[in-house]
This record gives sequence, C-alpha cells and structure tokens, in this order.
Amino acid sequence: MQLHTLLVHELSELMEKKEVSCEELTRDYLQRIGQVEDKIKAFLTVTKEEALAQARAMDEQRARGEALPPLAGIPMAINDNICTQGIKTTCASQILYNFIPPYDATAAARLKNAGAILVGKCNLDEFAMGSSTEHSAFYSTQNPFDPEAVPGGSGAAAAVAVGEAAFALGSDTGGSIRQSAAFCGVIGLKPTYGCVPRYGLISYASSLDQIGPITRDITDLALVLNTIAGRNAKDSTSASVDGPDFKKSLVNSVKGLRIGLPKEYFKTGLAPGVAAKLQEAVRKLVELGAVCEEVDMPHTEYAVPAHYIISCAEASSNLARYDGVRHGLRVEAEDVLGMFKKTRIRGFGAEVQRRIMLGTHALSTGNYEACYMKALKVRTLVKRDFERAFEKFDCLLTPTSPTTAFKIGAKAEDSLAMYQSEVFTIPVNLVGVPAMSLPFGIAEGLPVGLQLIARHFDEGTLLRVGYTLEQNTSEIRPKPGLSR
Amino acid sequence: MSRYEAVIGLEVHVELKTDTKLFCGCSTEFGQEPNTQVCPVCLGLPGGTGVLNKKVVELATKAGLALNCAIGTYTWFDRKNYYYPDLPKGFQISQVFRPIAYKGYLDIDVDGRTKRINITRAHIEEDPGKLAHAGGSIAASHTSYVDYNRSGMPLIEIVSEPEIRSGDEAKAYLEKLKAILEYTGVSDVKMEQGSLRCDANVSVRPVGTTTLGTRTEIKNMNSFRAVQQAIEYEVDRQIDVLEDGERVIQETRGWVENKGITITMRNKENPDYRCFIEPELDPIELTAEWIEGVRATIPELPDARRKRLVAEHGLPDYDAGVITSSLALAEFFDAALQKYPDAKTISNWIMGELLRLLNARNMELNEAKITPDGLASLLQLIEKGSISHKIGKEVFETMFEEGQEPEQIVKEKGLSQISDEGQLARIIEEVIAKNPKSVADFQSGKKQAIGFLVGQVMKATKGQANPGVVNTMLQEKLGK
Repeated sequence: MQLHTLLVHELSELMEKKEVSCEELTRDYLQRIGQVEDKIKAFLTVTKEEALAQARAMDEQRARGEALPPLAGIPMAINDNICTQGIKTTCASQILYNFIPPYDATAAARLKNAGAILVGKCNLDEFAMGSSTEHSAFYSTQNPFDPEAVPGGSGAAAAVAVGEAAFALGSDTGGSIRQSAAFCGVIGLKPTYGCVPRYGLISYASSLDQIGPITRDITDLALVLNTIAGRNAKDSTSASVDGPDFKKSLVNSVKGLRIGLPKEYFKTGLAPGVAAKLQEAVRKLVELGAVCEEVDMPHTEYAVPAHYIISCAEASSNLARYDGVRHGLRVEAEDVLGMFKKTRIRGFGAEVQRRIMLGTHALSTGNYEACYMKALKVRTLVKRDFERAFEKFDCLLTPTSPTTAFKIGAKAEDSLAMYQSEVFTIPVNLVGVPAMSLPFGIAEGLPVGLQLIARHFDEGTLLRVGYTLEQNTSEIRPKPGLSR
Repeated sequence: MSRYEAVIGLEVHVELKTDTKLFCGCSTEFGQEPNTQVCPVCLGLPGGTGVLNKKVVELATKAGLALNCAIGTYTWFDRKNYYYPDLPKGFQISQVFRPIAYKGYLDIDVDGRTKRINITRAHIEEDPGKLAHAGGSIAASHTSYVDYNRSGMPLIEIVSEPEIRSGDEAKAYLEKLKAILEYTGVSDVKMEQGSLRCDANVSVRPVGTTTLGTRTEIKNMNSFRAVQQAIEYEVDRQIDVLEDGERVIQETRGWVENKGITITMRNKENPDYRCFIEPELDPIELTAEWIEGVRATIPELPDARRKRLVAEHGLPDYDAGVITSSLALAEFFDAALQKYPDAKTISNWIMGELLRLLNARNMELNEAKITPDGLASLLQLIEKGSISHKIGKEVFETMFEEGQEPEQIVKEKGLSQISDEGQLARIIEEVIAKNPKSVADFQSGKKQAIGFLVGQVMKATKGQANPGVVNTMLQEKLGK
C-alpha cells in the first residue's frame, strides 16, 4: 500500500482498525522522504529517530487500548520557524544555524500532545522573508510539479504535496502558506489573526504573522485546525475564546451563500490560465447555488507598499535579538559592539539585511510619520474595504496568486517583483481575516489556487465552500508530476 | 546669593511588588542564583511572546493615583529599540506614547515651607537584565556575565518636571515619593536592592532667565544622600564651567561615591530609539469604575497621616513629619499609642532612641526586635517609677537587640528602681558622710550642690535609685 498518498483521516481510520501500525506508517513516510528529498529538498532537518521512537510509543498506547485523538500517529512536518523542543529550529538562517529551542511552540505542542509524529522541519525563505525559498540560507526547495519552478515561500506545501508528510504547519505573514499551497496544489489556511496561538512562532512581523495548516483535503484541515486553534494564556494576541468544532463546517452546500469577487483582484497581471480557472470556479459555485457578484475594494493597490513598510518595521525590531549574546551564531570581535555588528553581518542574508534596513529607515525620526504612520493609515483603509465587502458578502473569492509557480531565479534578484507575487494574499494579513487557498486544476502544467476569504473567526465558511467544491468537482486534488 | 539657579528633574525607576514578572510567570524574588528565574519570554528567545501581568496595571494605577496623577483609560505598550547585552530582545517594552499615569504632583517640605513638584508621567516598563564585568566596565573587560533574573521585572518610571532647585529638594522629593509608594504597598522601595533607582537631569541657568541650560544626566547614585551630594557637586561643576567661559556638554555622568565627584560615562549621541507600538500586546483599557475601585484601596497617605497626628494627638508638626515619613514608623507609633496613651512621650522615644539605634546599626525597623507593645510596657514601668528614665534607655536597647519584655529584662538584670526609703536611707547616710564639702556648700545656700549628692546616690545604686525620692530624702536630711 502506498500509505503516503492517503489522507490524514484515511490513515487515522487504518490505524484505528489496526490495519497498519504507526511505526509502519512512519517508516513509509521516512522512506518516501528518502526517495524524493534529493530532488524536492523540502526539509532542513529530518527527525527520523525521534519520529520512530514516538511512533513506537504511539503503538504501545494504542495496544493498551487507550482512546487516541484523530491525529495520533499521523506523520507531520513543521516549518523551521516554529519552535520545537530539542529539535533544531533555524528559520533557514545562518544566525540560528545551531539553535535548539528549549520549548515547543503552542501549536507544535498541541499537535505533539494529540500524538502527531514530527518527521522533519521544513525549509523556507530566511525568517520567512520571501515567496520562493530562494532566500533560504541553506538551499531552495523545488516545486513537485516542475523542477524549474519555485514551491512558494514554504517547503511545507511541497512536502505535503509530494507525500513526505500527511500534513504540515506553516506560517503566513504575507501569504506564504496560501501561495505555497497554491503553487504546490494543496490546501493552505491562514486562520484569523489570533485563532492559532503565535507563542513559539519566530517573529518576522508580529502583527501579521499567523501559524496555519497545510493539508490535502478539507476534512484533514478541520482535524488539524481543531487541534491547534483556541486560546493560549501565553499569547496576548491569541483569541480569548475557544474555537468551535470545525468538523461541523464540513457541509456540502453553498446554497444562498453570497460570494464577492473583488474587481481589483481580476484586473491586471492575471495570467490567462489562472483567470480561466477562476471563471470556471465561479461558474461551478453559481451552479451549486451560490450568489457571486463583483465588489469594489478600492485600496487594494496600496496594500502591498503598506505591508512592506509595516512588516519591515516590525522585522527590524523583532530581529534585533539576534546579537550573538544568548543563542545562535556569534562572531567574536574586539568589543561588544563589534560582536553585534560582525554577528549580524555574517548571520543575516542579503534579503533579511535589506528588510531590516528598510524597517529601520521607516521607523527612524523624520521618516516615522511619512512611512510608518502612513502605512498604518493605509492599513485602516484596507480594513474598511473588507468591512464594507463583508456587509454584503459571506466570503470573497480571488486568485491566490496572479500566476502559477514562477521559475526559479525569475524574481530572486528583484525584491519588489517577488513581493508583488503576493499581491492578492497580502491584504488579508493587514486585515487579520482568515483566508484559504484551495487547489483548482492545472494551467500549463502547474496548479492554480483559489483564495477564499471570510470574516474574522469565520473559518467555518471557508471550510464549507472548500468542502462543497471538493465534493462536487474533480479539480481539487491535482497529482504532482513527480512519480508517486 | 549665587547668580545661578539649578534646574533639576528626577527620573525614578521603581520595581513593583508582584510575585511574577511583567509579561511572564517567572518569579521576581530578589537575590536568587543568576539565570534561574528565566523563560523563553524574559530571555527574549526566538518565538517568546508574553502576556501582561494584571497586577502590574493595578499597582501602577495605584501609584499614579497616590501621586495625584490622571489615569489613562486607553494606553498601550511601545518598543524602545536599542542594543545592549543586558537587553535580551534588542528592545525594551515601555510606554512611550501614552503613559498609564500623567500630570500628577507631590508636595515636599524644605526649610519649613511646602513646595509642589509636578510629576510629568509615570509609565510601566520592563527592567533589563544585569551585567557583571570581569573588569571594571564593559569596555575594560574581556568577559562580562549577564544575569537575566531581573529581565522583565515590572517597573514604573516616575518622571518629575524640572522644578527641583537643589540637592535638598531632590532628597525631600525622593523621601516623600518613597513614603507614598511604601504606604500604598506598590513597591518595597529598597534602594540597596535596586527596587528604587534614581537618575537626575541637572542644568543651571542665570537667575532670572527662563531658557534651560544644557543638561547632564547623573547616574549611579545608591542612596538619597548620594543623589543630594551628586546634584550639589554637579551644579557647582556646571557653574564653574560657565564661569570659565566654557560650555556644558550634554552627556551622561556617573557619581563616584568614594571621591564625591561626577565623571563622564558617555557622551549623549541622542540615540534614535525608533519607538513604535508593541504589536504583540493588547492595549490596556481601563474603565472609570475599575480606576475608582483601585482608588478605594489606597490607604491614608503620609501627608494626611501627619495632619491627623497633629490634630488628634497634639504632636508637634515636626514629630508628626518624622514619624509619618515611613509607614513602618507610623504604624509602630499607632500601635504603641493603643497601649500607652501619651503621644508625645512615644514620639520622643521613637525619634530619640529608636531612630538613633536604627541609624547607628544601619537597620530597618522590621529588623529590630522591639515591638510597640514592648515600648508601651516600658513607658508604663517608667511612669510607675519601677525604673528610672535612664535605666529605661538601657532596657530599651536590650529590647531593641533581643526583643524580651521590659519586665523580664528589669528582673533579670536587677534594674528595678529603688524607691524604698529604708533601703535608700543607709546609702544616703554614706554619701553624706563621704562628701562633707558638698553638704557644707548646700547648707551654706548653694542649692545646686544637691545635684552632686543625688548623683553620688545614683552612682552607688548603679542608677537604680529613684532620683525624686533621693532628692526629697536628701533635702529632709540636710534640713533644706
């Protein structure tokens, strides 16, 4: 049996029925990693021994007849900017090349407690600053559909797409979860800001960062979200309410649902193949009983520059702690200031240094009003666009990205062009609402992602629309070209 | 007198008395092994995000109200970005744009008059860690050690308007501030443990002018006395600089206690802290009802208590001022008064013996063993004539050191006053016999000679004789 092609809830059932042991399953995934990782390079660390030990422990628990949660024994991957106790967490940066966190991020701890088996930590752009993994300090990850294309900003989506993990946790500051899910043909959810605790997520831009799941179907997404969502006393920005049971949102109907199509997202720069798939999705939703109408979101074009300033400003402060004193890289020097400078020059890559400098500039006296304050005002205007749209619509439908996965090297030297590839995902982070990328067929050999956006804490509607499409079309699960 | 006027503003950092730190659950206990009270949050580990300790908001509000401040109903935290090894995140979480408390004041007494010093603001912020250098300073050391136990401890910084004009006023301001914070229970206010720290901004200007001179910031002062002396030194130094036709340089200077001078620590390069709203913490939203609830928990403050001691117990204002300058003293006084209703006598003993011994031994009242009840019993013994005032002082010292009941001390040491005329008669006979000259002097009209004779009796009884009885008996014997 090709276990690694099965879904989380299918695997869960197999283990429940004792048709397969957790150890067998884990070995199958580790074998799959051995098979494809040379090419894909989705992982920075593979935790083989830990995974097998944990799998055996899981099997013992099951043998004792203990009731286990649905994620028990399921192999998972976690992005390397989410802290895992005792397991190296590098943020794909030289400055944290040897950092072994003494604690688990809340989301990671919740999955561990639910029995999920960590098989490895995934590659990303250094400190999540990028949309292609090309800014990783170690290596780039490959798109499973096309060896010459990028996988998006997170190796986690590639790992899930190619069967190296049954699901994964990523982080999304400007679209990394959704864009990489779209590029790799899997589902990626950026939950509402605060829905999943951020404790243990290594900050890039605190007011924008959010941890979220990457899965292969909507049922799996509900299972993972049920495990990781909900308040945490350690995180001031986490929601003060516990999440609902997301399995209740697995409803096969969009009848009467009002879906807005933001005009500004369909205007320019949209690849014809993507546009065609979007039209097809709209037709399908209408056919299934949804009401789809255009909506104006006039401040969309200002979202990218505002996001760029806010994220860089916060990053310039968040990354100040990497000074060689307590953890990670230290480059010795004559005095303490010299140590700070040398450590940071050697430890951070060019893109990270660029964003730190931009952020420092935006916050410095004389530029604060013109840059940072103005960006905050734009953020408010973008929020109002969404508030107005949600007065009329239950959710919004847009492309996840203007194009399918671009070629490796195409934007690596052009920071702004790279940033623009997240033009449709970025406004969502500024506003804090939940959004999901759902694979919807193939255009010129590469997966296309639909983005669904809902009101704050209304992940349920996203799941409902996703589940309905999943049940009613064959476009949802594209198979990667890499042999399975 | 001087052609110059000093302009002084104080920045006082006060550690709030909480069990746990500002944004995490680590203990705030003083004096533990280095780096044993730390966690991902206060160590600034990657991914560590914190949650505001509600107790801090309550204590800061209480302090603000006690200092007559307005309390902001919507405030928040900001980041102050700068690099230093004791600052684990590379920024300090503080309240830059909206302090929780602002526009307050406190009244100080200097040279018999009351002066109001306005308080600009009191804001919440986190303490950095603490550095220990192998050499004398970070620049001179090959190795430095950092203790992050202090990192993330809750502070309020209280900033005064530059309305203080002398070292004396600065000291009076600090004493009053300390008393208020102690009364409200928001802080231990122990300078030696660092729970109260003071920096002074000092400038001078010609009398009669209103523009501010260039200021220096003075640090490293470890006592109120040091603050006073450092300011006095710095004011004189700046005047000398100006008199020499030179300019005062804006810089941070350190007080060198053993030399009694200030020296340049670093030239102020006007660092750009690039402050912005802390994105990982919620704003602090307070309702008027909640604030009033906190106000209701504020006890009687030093000024009110002082006035009450004068009005209710007829104490001189000076006595009332000394007794109310510390909550512990004031409470000691009140408790003693419950058992011995003579306020002035109690005040005399507190201001005389108690404070003398505390100062001499450099102790806090809670370290002394004497209790208010003990003092009351002692005063009763004196009043009854069981012991003399002089013996009373001796007993007091024993009580201070060892904490026994006065009756027990008197008994064990055989200190009871001898009022029994039969017992005294024999000694008086002896003294008269041995001092014929004094007897003759007295009888020839030198009345003061009796004092010497009484003294001799006291000496012979090791101070235990009742001097009043002795005096009467002597007068009778010598036929007035």
